[in-house]
Order: sequence, then structure tokens, then C-alpha cells
Amino acid sequence: MLLQQLINGLTLGSVYALIALGYTMVYGILELINFAHGEIYMLGAYLGIIILGFFTAVGLTAFSLPLALGLTLLLTVIFSASYGFTVEKIAYRPLRSAPKLSPLISAIGVSIFLQNYVMITQGATDKVFPPLVSSAGVTVLSTRITFLQASIIVVSGIIMALLHAFIRKTRTGKAMRAVAQDKSMASLVGINTDTIISITFIIGSGLAAVAGLMVSMYYGLVNYFIGYSAGIKAFTAAVLGGIGNIPGAMFGGILLGLIESLGSAYISSEYKDVYAFVILILILLIRPSGLLGRNTEEKI
Amino acid sequence: MLRLENIHTSYGPIKAIRGIDMEIKKGEIVSLIGSNGAGKSTCLMTISGILTPSGGSIVHGEQDITGLPPHSIVSQGICQVPEGRRIFPRLTVLENLEMGAFLGRSDFMPTLQRVFKLFPILGERKKQYGGTLSGGEQQMLAIGRALMSNPEILLLDEPSLGLAPIMVSKIFKTIQEINSEGVTVLLVEQNARAALRLSDRGYVLENGVITLSGSGRELLDNDKVRHAYLGE
Ligand SMILES: Nc1ncnc2c1ncn2[C@@H]1O[C@H](COP(=O)(O)OP(=O)(O)OP(=O)(O)O)[C@@H](O)[C@H]1O
Ligand SMILES: [Mg+2]
Repeated sequence: MLLQQLINGLTLGSVYALIALGYTMVYGILELINFAHGEIYMLGAYLGIIILGFFTAVGLTAFSLPLALGLTLLLTVIFSASYGFTVEKIAYRPLRSAPKLSPLISAIGVSIFLQNYVMITQGATDKVFPPLVSSAGVTVLSTRITFLQASIIVVSGIIMALLHAFIRKTRTGKAMRAVAQDKSMASLVGINTDTIISITFIIGSGLAAVAGLMVSMYYGLVNYFIGYSAGIKAFTAAVLGGIGNIPGAMFGGILLGLIESLGSAYISSEYKDVYAFVILILILLIRPSGLLGRNTEEKI
Repeated sequence: MLRLENIHTSYGPIKAIRGIDMEIKKGEIVSLIGSNGAGKSTCLMTISGILTPSGGSIVHGEQDITGLPPHSIVSQGICQVPEGRRIFPRLTVLENLEMGAFLGRSDFMPTLQRVFKLFPILGERKKQYGGTLSGGEQQMLAIGRALMSNPEILLLDEPSLGLAPIMVSKIFKTIQEINSEGVTVLLVEQNARAALRLSDRGYVLENGVITLSGSGRELLDNDKVRHAYLGE
């Protein structure tokens, strides 16, 4: 029972962590809480269904399921990243030197727009993810882990490790950290800060899309408002780990997933969605800089 | 090689720079002195593109660079060490230097060796976070980082600020050394005497306008300068 909950929690937590990374990276660089980020995750879920539906229609899925899934993942990431890139360019960049509240309001506007855009174009009812991936799995010690759960955990783990290496080791990753620490100084060493900000949105949106696709496969259902609660939970995860802190977002996401799943099992599943809010309030009251955050304005 | 023509720069309603003309020739060290709030930093930030002038033009060689973004100015070989060091505190010393070389305007390893030769302490501390260096070490890192871009023109904003006297003279000696390797320098300093001594020419800025200019020697001998800036 405990082991089962840990596995469920880890699966959920990996997804929260992927989304939380987008919040935290954007916050680290722009000090903006990108309220539209949950919607990019939702778009990822829809795009996954649409693209996989197309592949099924043309017979690719029947030809090779792994190929179809791989291509779906790739295209979903590319499309969602373009959405993220465009949102930043249209809704945030023109407000770069405006008071901090302005881009925040703009973000809420984008979020409402994207929800309604999907509701109008895709309908207000639930969409079903084609049940292509079997619910097979293995059972050990009366604990069941499906292949899908294992894939979610493994894929998320790999992506996070790659991201970590990218930020630590590459020239662009170091430039992202430099921009997060001192934007105008970064421009004085020759870094094009707008390009770095675009890259940040592209990466964050890509990660959210992976999460969206995996969750829609996991639950089998999507609708136009899933971005809202997932967004708030991932945001909580980011704050829990220390907003702006990348390892913090990974840690916060997984911790939140575990708390939710253990809380549902041992306290009450009625309150499943309440745990995140309770944690958010507690952390803001007790340790606003988050568990891994520093007390100063340090980021990334 | 760098010419400012009738430059005006404002912060909203505050007119910090009101029509200045300056010229810096290749290979020179030029000082810009003036009291607090005179507009010296504003002038440097206008050159490096952080601020956009509301009037006038900046010409580098043959090219009008007015209003270009900072990263394009750096790619032209004009590099600023801003007031207050501004090293990246959570990047290591080496990563800070790598960021200085971001545009790849020079071969990385030889330039790095050159910087380590100039500031051996940076070589010893290369794995340490920038933020953990002492003030003087941070200033060396800030200058070293700028050198990593292989600049033609180096803009230095109060490099001696907050340093012990021994460090101050070391920094001035280093500036001379850098200059002798062919880098043109525009130096903003409170320490007017030391700055003018090593400068070919100098400008005095008061309330956003240039009130005096001349060779370093001329300014050092000028009564007004001696009175107002050398404390004599
Ligand atoms: N961000 C800003 N907003 C408004 N006014 C500013 C800003 N920065 C500078 N100023 C004003 O512009 C004027 C020139 O400032 P600047 O920083 O260029 O002076 P400075 O000569 O470098 O002085 P210091 O020797 O103290 O560094 C000052 O009156 C200052 O108050
Ligand atoms: Mg100044």
C-alpha cells in the first residue's frame, strides 16, 4: 500500500516537476509568474491527442506504435514551444520595462484567451486520448507499476537530468544563469538577453508539453481547463522548492506529488486538491523562499 | 575612433546629460572626471547602449552606433566595466570569464592565459563563486571579464572605488598595462589625480555638460581642477 502510493506519487510528482520548471525558469529570469504556463501544458495535451489521432488515421500507429508516439512527442513539443515563444513575444516583451503588475495581468489575459481558444476550437466536453497504450504493467510485492507510469518517471528523470546539465555546462545555459543574476550586466558582456528569454520560454513550454502529453495518456481524458489546476499545483511545487531555483522545482514537484498521493491514501482522497493549497499557504507563511531557496533574491 | 556628438540623455524628466561632445582616439587613455551626479556613469551607459540618447550621435570609426543594443555595441569591440563591479555572483570565476568571452571575439585559451597573467589570483580562484571574492578581487574579475571580449575600447567606471590604496595603485598600473597592449581606455574616476596622471587627455563633466578638456597635464595644472577635484 505504501509502496503503491509512493509510485503513484512519484508519477504525479514527475509531471508537476516538469511543469514547475517552466514557472521557475521564467520567474528566475523575468520575475514574472507566467500564469499562462498551465495553458501551454493543456495545449500540449490537446496537441498530443490531435497529432496522434492524425497518425492513427494515416495508419502510422498501426505500422509502428513507438514511432508514432515518438513523433507525437516531438511534434507536440515543437508546437507548444512555438506557442510559448509567441506568447512571450506578443504579451510579455512589449511590457519589458512596464511596472511588474502589467506583465502579470497580461499573463492572466493570455491564460483566459488560450482556455477559450481551445474551448471554442475543440469543444467544451472532455476529449478522450486514444487507448493505444496498454495498461500492462508488473506487480511486485502487491505493488503495481504500469509501463506507462514507469515511462513517465523515467522520461521525466532523463529530461530533468538533461536540463540540469544544459544549464550547468553549456554556453547558453550559463548565459541563462547570467541573465537571471543580472540582466543588464549580461547584455554588457554581449549576451542578447531577448534571445535568452525566448530560449527560456521555448524550453519551459517544451517541458510543459511533455507533461501534458504524458498526463493525457495517463488519465486518458483532457479538457480545456486542466491547465488551471495543474498550473496552480506546479506553481505550488515551484514555490515549495524555492521559486527561481531549478533543482528546487524538481524537488518541489516530486514532493508535492508524494504528499498528494499519501494524503489521499492515508487522510482522505476528498481533499486531494486541497493539500497543494494548504502547502502553498504554509510555505508562504513560514518560509517564502522555499525549501531550497536562498533568502536573498538569488535565482537559478 | 569613438566620437560623441551633442549627446543628450535623460531619465524621464531628469536631463542627466545635456549635449556633450567627446572624442577618444585610438590607443589613448582618456579620463572623464566630475563630482557625484555629474553624469559620468550616464555617459558610459549611453555609449554602451544601456541607455538610449534622446539626441545626438555616437560614431565608432565610420559607423553610427547610436541606439544599438548593448550586445551589438560589445560586438563592435566596445566593452564596459560598470560601476560596482557587477560580477555574476553565482557563476564561478571561470564562468564569469567565459561570459566575458560570450561573443567569441578572440581565442579563448590565449586570452584566458593573458587575464590570469594580469591577475594571478583569478587563476587560483577559478572554481570559486564570483560572489565569494573580496571586493578587490571582484574588481579584478570585472576587468578580466571585460578583457575576455578582446575589446578595442574599454570603458571603466570607477575601477578604484572602495579599494585599499595598494590595490588602487595596482589597478591603475594594470590599466596602463592594458593600454600599452593596444586597448583604448575611457576612464571615469573620483580619484582624479591618479586618473589624470596616466591619461593622455581628460574631460571635466559638470551637471551634464563638459566644462573643461585638455591633456592630462593641463588639467592637473588647471586651477579650477586643482581646487574642485584635487582638493588643493
Ligand atoms: N535610474 C535613474 N533614474 C533617475 N535619475 C537618475 C538615474 N540614474 C542617474 N540619475 C541621475 O542622473 C544624474 C547623473 O547620474 P550619474 O550616475 O551619471 O552620475 P555620476 O557622475 O556617475 O555620479 P557618481 O560619481 O556618484 O557615480 C544624477 O543626478 C542622478 O541622480
Ligand atoms: Mg557614477
